[in-house]
Amino acid sequence: MSADSSTSQEIANPAVDGSELIRFDKVVKRYGSNTVLDELDFSVASGKHVTLIGPSGSGKTTILRLLMTLVKPDEGTIGVGDRYLTHEERGGRLVPAGEKHVREVRKNIGMVFQQFNLFPNMKVLRNVTEAPVSVLGLSKDEAEARARELLDLVGLGDRCDAYPSQLSGGQQQRVAIARALAMRPQVLLLDEVTSALDPELVAGVLDVLRDIAHTTDITMLCVTHEMSFARDISDQVLMFDAGRVIESGPPEQIFTEPEHERTREFLGAVL
Amino acid sequence: MNWNWSHVDDFMPLFWDGVQLTLKALFFGTLIAFSLGLVWAIAQRSERKWIRWPVTAVTEFIRSTPLLVQLFFLFYVVPQWGPSMSPLTTGIVGLGLHYSTYTSEVYRAGIEGVPAGQWEAATAVSLSRRRTWTAVILPQAVRRVIPALGNYVIIMLKESPQMAAIGALDMLGQAQGYSQATFTYEAISVVGVAFIVIAYPASVLLRVLERRLVR
Repeated sequence: MSADSSTSQEIANPAVDGSELIRFDKVVKRYGSNTVLDELDFSVASGKHVTLIGPSGSGKTTILRLLMTLVKPDEGTIGVGDRYLTHEERGGRLVPAGEKHVREVRKNIGMVFQQFNLFPNMKVLRNVTEAPVSVLGLSKDEAEARARELLDLVGLGDRCDAYPSQLSGGQQQRVAIARALAMRPQVLLLDEVTSALDPELVAGVLDVLRDIAHTTDITMLCVTHEMSFARDISDQVLMFDAGRVIESGPPEQIFTEPEHERTREFLGAVL
Repeated sequence: MNWNWSHVDDFMPLFWDGVQLTLKALFFGTLIAFSLGLVWAIAQRSERKWIRWPVTAVTEFIRSTPLLVQLFFLFYVVPQWGPSMSPLTTGIVGLGLHYSTYTSEVYRAGIEGVPAGQWEAATAVSLSRRRTWTAVILPQAVRRVIPALGNYVIIMLKESPQMAAIGALDMLGQAQGYSQATFTYEAISVVGVAFIVIAYPASVLLRVLERRLVR
């Protein structure tokens, strides 16, 4: 279904019951002839922590990349808050979103990457202050005060003047978390954030995220292979297979008594 | 053939004129080549076809025609319907324009060497396109290509004598004039040494920069 056939009610209020912060509506994403997401519908309520699990290639990371606007959907709509990420209203019609609209909606979303992707040419502090200063228009002092707070939160308050290359992977990833939080996003996307870390560094990063999950009202969307972490922080677990959600529910249910055969197989392989 | 110091003495005033012109051409030519090359490289990554395509065509064209032809064209043809410039200015513009098409390839390689994750991280914190270029991509790309850019400074130094063809006499041009008038070789020898005196410290400087910047 294309955006043009959406009804006018949907234009006025993408969040149907008012509590859904993220809404995927019949989203299709293909890479060449490979359909990664097949008319995917799902939504995440504000403040919830949702973990996406499933075999690799099942489309989990693609969902995060779509939300971060790193890739564009081929069909369908993605709503964030009371707006669409993919579309904007112009003259009562829903048209593909322009760059300016995308930038505005995207400011509500932050992301932490598997490979950290810190800016290697900037010191730790500047990694965290760059966007608040140049995008949100904070003064340098304000931004630095906030950055120091966040770096304290992730346990790196004493490494402000280091370059990323001088830090361990775990420390870099914690800076990346601070960098994402500095933009005060409503939604935090976590894309296999511990997969590139040495085993002994994983715990430090997960502790920080657990802390954030339990002390803030930020909405989290998390792709991970750390099932114990998923169980610990999630309100809801979505099991993906072949571009569709085949099962969802609270972690206790999914991890202890999954209904779907594919879920049982998958959990048997990773747990 | 005996070496005659008096020819060296006679040549000196011309030599200093030539050295000045060489250094001017090199300095301003490099300035143009480095900045214009960056413009080409960024334009070629534009999402807009009507920017990308003409820039690619023009730079390919300039790169695959000889500098000498371009100097003649700028000096004799362009003034018929455009600005007329002094031999030195024409030489600087020609040298800078010609080598900007090479430096743009150097920048391009540097830009492509910046991992995709850097663009993605910039998007994820909503940096504007301009800020992404100036704060994230270019500092990383340029640092990597400074040694390669430096090589073009030395190549430009050695190609600058081509400006003599339009009457901008650099040190080699001066020496050629003097030697042909007097049937001597001292002036040419002095200039040969002068090239080494300029080029060698430049390449040493480059190696120092390389060690400091490329990690």
